[in-house]
Amino acid sequence: MTFRRYLVLAVVALTAPFGDTLLSLGMKRVGPVSFDHLGTLIHAVATPDILLGIALLICFFASYLASLSWADLTYVLPATSIGNVIVALLARFCLNEQISPWRWVGILLITAGVGFVTQGPSYTEVNEACPVSGTEVSQP
Amino acid sequence: MSFHLPEHGISDAAMIAAIVIFATVGDILIAAAMRGIGDLDDIRACSGLGGAIGAVLGSGRFLFGVFFMALSFFSLLFALSHADLSLVAPASASLTFVTNAVAAKVFLKENVDRRRWVAALFVCAGVALMAL
Repeated sequence: MTFRRYLVLAVVALTAPFGDTLLSLGMKRVGPVSFDHLGTLIHAVATPDILLGIALLICFFASYLASLSWADLTYVLPATSIGNVIVALLARFCLNEQISPWRWVGILLITAGVGFVTQGPSYTEVNEACPVSGTEVSQP
Repeated sequence: MSFHLPEHGISDAAMIAAIVIFATVGDILIAAAMRGIGDLDDIRACSGLGGAIGAVLGSGRFLFGVFFMALSFFSLLFALSHADLSLVAPASASLTFVTNAVAAKVFLKENVDRRRWVAALFVCAGVALMAL
């Protein structure tokens, strides 16, 4: 793992929670969507919050794809969960939001989980045919 | 005495289950596609950014994966318009860590050793606690 790859993981970690938060803000403004008016979801995409949220999620997706090309899914997902911790700490120290004791325990658990997974190997070398694709996986 | 099903809870659970299932299928298909394509940095070094984008977009499994991720995304939008972010986001995110670990071991044959199981469970519990 190089510094540049850790940087890509950091982009994955940060863009996902910020993008989700913007989507939530946007959907709260749009209001409830019923099964009879699912077209409202399409119009919701044109609102600023949701547009910015989608832009961040596009950044997330591009860096997520790059990371999956050189690391396992079970490495990338826990490693990038540190984004939740960063968002919570920003909310605590920049927005002065209160963090409950349970939330601090959650922050510790996520940090410990990220610590565990990043100490191990990032990629499983598979020599046999890929079970999903049926194609041979090239070795570096 | 009448018995009422907790309809609100059931509908929330159904919406969260839909998000988790679609996201897991999408993640596994996309991870399988990226594993088959190979290191994007190497492809970009040989064929440029266009070559890397072409390699990704030319993968059928990737496109199927994106389709399921889109289903998960619209399920999330739908759920957020009915339930609180503080319930939907942590519940779906934390459950997806576990379902992805199981699916990655079964379908992608990833080496999900004790360290990764512990990490997945810690992060799953941690994300759930963040909602409290």
